[in-house]
Order: sequence, then structure tokens, then C-alpha cells
Amino acid sequence: MEGVQLNLISKEKLEKMSSMEKLRMILDEVKSGTIVVLESGLTPEEEAKLIELTMLEIDHENFVGIEVETYPQKSGGFFSKLFGKKEGRLTVIGPANKLKTLVKRDDLIKALVKP
Amino acid sequence: MSLILRIKKKFSVIFKFLKKKNRMKIGIYGPPNAGKTTLANRILRDWAGDVMGSVSEIPHETRRARLREGVTIEVDGKSVTIDIVDTPGLATKIDFHDFLKYGLSEEEAKRRAKEATEGVIEAIKWLDDLDGVILVMDATEDPFTQVNITIVGNIEARNLPLIIVANKIDLPNASPARIKAAFPQHTVVPISALKGLNIDTLYRCIAEKFG
Repeated sequence: MEGVQLNLISKEKLEKMSSMEKLRMILDEVKSGTIVVLESGLTPEEEAKLIELTMLEIDHENFVGIEVETYPQKSGGFFSKLFGKKEGRLTVIGPANKLKTLVKRDDLIKALVKP
Repeated sequence: MSLILRIKKKFSVIFKFLKKKNRMKIGIYGPPNAGKTTLANRILRDWAGDVMGSVSEIPHETRRARLREGVTIEVDGKSVTIDIVDTPGLATKIDFHDFLKYGLSEEEAKRRAKEATEGVIEAIKWLDDLDGVILVMDATEDPFTQVNITIVGNIEARNLPLIIVANKIDLPNASPARIKAAFPQHTVVPISALKGLNIDTLYRCIAEKFG
């Protein structure tokens, strides 16, 4: 059957992985054409690192980058401000040539997946 | 990140603040073609009498970060001296085919794309060496891009002072209100870096935030 593969990764699985494990898994899947859905998303630092790693892997022929769909971070409470821990939100990451953002607002994201 | 590391990071920010540098290093960030270099040129032309670099309608014109030290801005009898870092535009994808539309040869487009990817990495690395950020957004575009969200998230995580510039207000479809609504927790200053509209408000804001 022809189609686009979607991998939905649970929060529990993500919590067991280190940052580099998560980013490597995401990039490997996305480079193979899969769309990855993360239940709990990435931290801002991980998002920046993902962009950095993506730039290193762009080959200008088969892989031109990623498209990331996520909501802005919510402001945390006192302890999250003190310790800087912010939880990521639902995030969809795919190859830039397959996933296209249509509408992005703070409470709604519309995207198109090209086969 | 472990709890100890997070506490260490928090305290390093406090110590950095207490140490109070004579001059703050301010990064100009944003997506490609938001007007970062146009703004850097405007600031330098107004306060130092020269420019930072060339601008172009072709995205990723700035592919190396440029540092200009010791720019003094005087507002209402108060003066602030800052170092300005004009960074390459941040992006999650760079396709050389996009540059062909502007008349570049395939070889030139591929070279530009390669240099642009290196520029994005350099811009991200600079985040660790800054004391404040001016984030330039194109007021005619949707502000909820991944690049904007990632930059704001990283600046908040590092507790750096931030000014969001809603640029290109000289264009008829500009909507700085959309940017203010998207990032209500931050100072948003609507300007036109190209025409100099409302630029004095930005200088006042720079003096307050980074002074």
C-alpha cells in the first residue's frame, strides 16, 4: 500500500530517551520520509539543536530540511520559572518536501501531507 | 537536563547580571528576509555613520554573523553602548531550488544554500554568548513560525532580555497587532527599518532594556 508513514511517539517513551537519542531518532525517521508525532514535544534547547543537526544533514538533493509543527510554549508556574523546566507540547516533524504548514495559530495548526 | 545543571544555569544568569558588564552584546535574530541587516544598517548609520552589510531580496543574503563593537545610542540624555551581532536568518529548511527563481545559476544557488546552512548553525551557536536579543519579525507575515517560536523559547530559557521588532510597517498589509497578540509576554516595537518609521521608540526601548 502506497502512503506516508506516521510514527506516534508517546510521552513515556520520550521521557526515557536522552536529548541526543530523541534528536537522532527524529532525524533518521524524517530523512527516511516518515512523519514523526511527539506527544510531549521538545524543549526549546532541543528544538534549536534539532535545527542545527538538520542543517548539518541537508545534502541539497534528497534532504532539504524539516517542517516542524508545534504550539508556542505556555508560561510556567513559579517552580518551572525557577528551575527553567518547560514541557514541550504536541509536535509534528516531517521532511520539508512532504509536510507543509497551511495555518498556524496559538491554538490551531493545519498542515498538508504530500504523498 | 538534571536538576543540578538547571540550578547551575539559573545561578550563572544571576551572576552574569550581578557582574554587570560595561557593554552588552546584543544579537539581531529572525527568519530570512525579515530585515535584520536593514535594521543593523539603520542603527549603525544613525549612531556610527557606517553600515553592517549588504541587503538583498534573495533570502539568506547574510550567511556569516557580523559583529560591530561599541555602538553608542543616546536617548533622552541617557546613553547606552552595545556590541551588535547581525546573525544569518534562521530556517528549518534550505532548498537551493528556491534561489533559482531569483536568476542564480544552479552552481551559485547550491553554494548559497550550503553557506546558508552553515550560517544557521553559526546563528544558533551565538545564542550562548549574548546578553540580549532583538528578534526581527516581518509584520506582513504570520508570526507563528517554528523559527520564531524556537528563538523566543530559547531566549526565555536563557532569561535574556528580548525586544521583538515588528518590521516593515510601511507595507500596506503589515499587522504588528498580530505579532503583539502572538507574543503578549514580550515588548513588541512596530517599525520600518527601511524607512526609519518609529525608530526613536526602538532606540528608547533599547536604552531601557539593555542599558
